[in-house]
Amino acid sequence: MRTLFLAPLWAWLTLFVAAPALLIAVIALAIPADTVPPFRLALAPDALIQALTDSFYWHGFLGSLRIAAISTLACLAIGYPMALAIARTSARWRGLLLAIVILPFWSGFLLRITAWIGILRDEGYLNAILSAVGIAKIQLMNTDAAMFIGIIYCYLPFLILPLESRLSSADRSLEQAAADLGATPVRVFVHVTLPHSLPGMFAGLALVFIPVTGEYVIPELLGGPSSITIGRVIADEFFNNNDWPQASALALILLAALVLPATIARRAPRGGRI
Amino acid sequence: MKGVSAMRFLSAVLLGASLLLSPPAAAPARAQERVVNVYNWSDYIDPYAIDRFQRETGIRVRYDVYDSLETLEAKLLAGKSGYDIVVPTSEPSFSRLIRAGALAPLDAARIPHLANLDPTMMSQVKSSDPGNKFGAIYLWGTTGIGYNAAKLAALAPDAPRDSWDLLLKPENAKRMAKCGIVLLDSAIDVIPSVLRWLGRDPNSTDSQDLAAVESALRGIRPYIRAFIGGGAVEQLASGEACLALNYSGDVIQAAARAEEAGKGIQIRYIVPKEGAQLAFDMLAIPADALHKSEAMELINFLLKPDVMAGITNQVRYPNAIPISNSSIKPDILNDPGIYPPQSVRDRFFTIGAVPPEATRARSRMWARLKSGG
Repeated sequence: MRTLFLAPLWAWLTLFVAAPALLIAVIALAIPADTVPPFRLALAPDALIQALTDSFYWHGFLGSLRIAAISTLACLAIGYPMALAIARTSARWRGLLLAIVILPFWSGFLLRITAWIGILRDEGYLNAILSAVGIAKIQLMNTDAAMFIGIIYCYLPFLILPLESRLSSADRSLEQAAADLGATPVRVFVHVTLPHSLPGMFAGLALVFIPVTGEYVIPELLGGPSSITIGRVIADEFFNNNDWPQASALALILLAALVLPATIARRAPRGGRI
Repeated sequence: MKGVSAMRFLSAVLLGASLLLSPPAAAPARAQERVVNVYNWSDYIDPYAIDRFQRETGIRVRYDVYDSLETLEAKLLAGKSGYDIVVPTSEPSFSRLIRAGALAPLDAARIPHLANLDPTMMSQVKSSDPGNKFGAIYLWGTTGIGYNAAKLAALAPDAPRDSWDLLLKPENAKRMAKCGIVLLDSAIDVIPSVLRWLGRDPNSTDSQDLAAVESALRGIRPYIRAFIGGGAVEQLASGEACLALNYSGDVIQAAARAEEAGKGIQIRYIVPKEGAQLAFDMLAIPADALHKSEAMELINFLLKPDVMAGITNQVRYPNAIPISNSSIKPDILNDPGIYPPQSVRDRFFTIGAVPPEATRARSRMWARLKSGG
């Protein structure tokens, strides 16, 4: 019976996770050629070796990890207080606040990023407001700042939702007990609230960090030219250099690099007991 | 030529979809119905021409568009695209598709209107297609400089208006940086022009020449606001950029759009005196096309002088059929940005295919330049 219930899950994993990854692995081991499709099947490790040893690619990987780390920390700094606040409001308002967090998903991702272009560009809404109140215009489009705004905007809900769900399940009487026994609010937070919320926090951090590392669209549309990201490097290898094996090798390594934090997140303390 | 790297994400999505669902456009046709599946640049046809072809021949045209060469190339290289006519730009896509065996040769006997094409231009295409076997010129353009007339007059009144110096000399770029300088995000469209400006061979793949290009571009890198895939039509027209290394067609469209907006922004196009890179969009047939005979019929129709004149009148790109000139609107025919005089045409240059290793060296230099590192 259990196998029967799990069958769709396995079918899904095979079709949409294992099969594409295998396809990428096959192409990563092929040799680029002037043919249709532009590679010849082989068992050549050249592209994988190149991907691991070439410093240019390392810059790409490190650039993406830097962006992912900064974005994830920023999401945590903004998202934790929001999640806590939502978890502590009365049930009536909580539903409404959660709905507001989810609301942006009702419109298309590209549409929302394009809307940010309208807000951030030189002649956009933000600068119109700034100049109306007498502040000098700022150039935000095509800068790292715009890219981080876009990423944090898009991924914040992924941090808030699991975190809020964990926080709202907390037993408030434990915090009251700690306070009654003389703990300051900071101590209560550090020793009671925070440890309980860790599983939700780790889930949220992974949900932000992993996709942002592979993020290609937001840096491309909002970001400036100053950061080389692995997403851009892979796109360049694929579209500019027509080197599908090299692009696949990089994608494969990125996939492997992202499985690690996912595994760590899974092993993270399940917490809850004090 | 119109937009080389706009929204590569979309290309990737489309490619993924086409790999899963291929062939997208070639749903089985009903028994006797004749169809032809066309895949062309967006906003790049006279709709009346398609109507007329369908009426005159009874062949149904299924028309689909792309906005970047990468979308087109990735689909064709993946195979079984389902299209019967595509319009790749001479370099890099058209020549790469020929080398990959992805295109079918045109049958000159079935396309008599090939004879209408300007022989000089067809011979310029030979650097991409030796023997002119695989394509007919649809429309063409150059890579040059677009600028905002009022901003240039205010910020750099003494800067030359006929030379790459306007953009590539740091003292000029520095002054124009205030109002926004943008470059095409396309190594293949920028590097040959800079080589030409440096007095070197635009086709050079020599590493020292590439280093010279990099140091020249680094000189103006601090003044570049953005590298734009797909051309800066919107940025020039809205006044957000005032100096752009761009395709002629994009600048001409930006000028038209700025005029429509009526905010007094005037955009002009320069074909630099050192020479401008010439690019051709080629009518071609994929090797695995299912309706080759209908495709050749449509190509022949598009090469009729009156049909081609209609297309140029609609999209404001020049064509390569001189006998169509009598039907082209005077304001287009007499615009030196669209139809440059012979003295300017003499300085056009074309580029040939770039070997894979040199392509990679170029794209890395480009990534380094953009990152400023």
